[in-house]
Amino acid sequence: MSGRMLVATRKGLLTLARENGSWRVAATDFPGVPVTAALHDARDGALYAALKHGHFGSKLHRSDDQGRSWQEVAVPAFPADAASAPSLFQVWTLEAGAASQPGRLWAGAIPAGLFRSDDRGESWQLVQSLWDVPERAKWFGGGYDAAGIHTISPDPRDPNRVFVAISCGGVWETRDGGETWSLHGAGLIAAYLPPELAGSLGQQDPHRVARCAAAPDVMWMQHHNGMFRSTDAGLTWATIKPPGDDFGFAVAAHPKDPQTAWFAPAIKDELRIPRDGAFAVTRTGDGGKSFDVLRTGLPQRDAYDLVYRHGLAVDGTGTRLAMGSTTGALWVSDDSGEGWSLVNAHLPPIYAVQFA
Amino acid sequence: MAEVHFTSWLRELVPDGPVMARGATVGDALAAVFADKPHVRGYVLDERGSLRKHVCVFADGARLPCDATLGHPISAEAKLYVMQALSGG
Repeated sequence: MSGRMLVATRKGLLTLARENGSWRVAATDFPGVPVTAALHDARDGALYAALKHGHFGSKLHRSDDQGRSWQEVAVPAFPADAASAPSLFQVWTLEAGAASQPGRLWAGAIPAGLFRSDDRGESWQLVQSLWDVPERAKWFGGGYDAAGIHTISPDPRDPNRVFVAISCGGVWETRDGGETWSLHGAGLIAAYLPPELAGSLGQQDPHRVARCAAAPDVMWMQHHNGMFRSTDAGLTWATIKPPGDDFGFAVAAHPKDPQTAWFAPAIKDELRIPRDGAFAVTRTGDGGKSFDVLRTGLPQRDAYDLVYRHGLAVDGTGTRLAMGSTTGALWVSDDSGEGWSLVNAHLPPIYAVQFA
Repeated sequence: MAEVHFTSWLRELVPDGPVMARGATVGDALAAVFADKPHVRGYVLDERGSLRKHVCVFADGARLPCDATLGHPISAEAKLYVMQALSGG
């Protein structure tokens, strides 16, 4: 199981290490600066941190020595002549390309630009083909003024296939390396639109999508209006219904078992707090037909923890999970979520957790 | 008269929706609603009478641009939806 994790917070990047059976903060980088995304690139071991300086804009840093030192590299930027001439608000997600594409990185931004680097972040190009889809005129912000890309999922079987999810702009896939894009998502429903538009593909708000690494056609989605599962790589989606709340932001997919996923629910959109102050994780092990509500080790009274899109992670074994909340609590489970151990209840608001 | 629907977030304020309202524009129709339900106005408009940033209105299936919503002309049978813009969280 993974013994290191990156925790991107409102006040810096924390690296936690497991020593003698317990987790501790081994390094604090960029203290005080919001870290909106972090990436451990398993291909070459590099670490990346996307910063959002309050006064000075977004920046990207890379470490080639396991976090001992960091260097600033290029940050994705919209070309001056891009339609509607936006400026970068933040990098929302970073992903590594395929093993056959050394140096390839993907970045998803707010506004909803998809950016590609082929030189480990030394330079970035806007994927113009997605920016120019006509449907973009109807995208809108989810939690931010502008729409954003929070999920980028290269298909492990084919580097030319890349799936992205946009709040609020639906789910898209390219099968030709980014030359053209198709809008998918049949089955998704948006209750925040007038009823006659509820199925409008290009205005869906997928909060987060997670793919099963061993069965890449299986994807799980936490949507603004429920939880969904796809078995055809995101073309179509079926509602899955847990007991209790089906609102939330985060989802984690078991890397080997396409029947298993975890969610971190809250009362639906008007409230976004745990029901009755009792925080829980829901897990399905049968493709969403049934769910376990997992509470052991999680606060069961007076809890206001909410887990953001990138705040729930599972390691390569599918056994160890980590979860960080907006109220700065971080938990780890070593038994697939049956029980959780509190690592720290006093961290800054947590944006993202990743095993590294 | 226009049929004005409100998001479920405002259901407590407008439990008897949709509301029928007369008006040549979205702003006129909303003003007619607020005349009868003055407590709703401050949830939809700010103190200057502008549409709140994170409120959006759909007229006959089309989302109206925030800065051109209130003056948008509507037909007598228009169907309006006053919704929360997800930009507001």
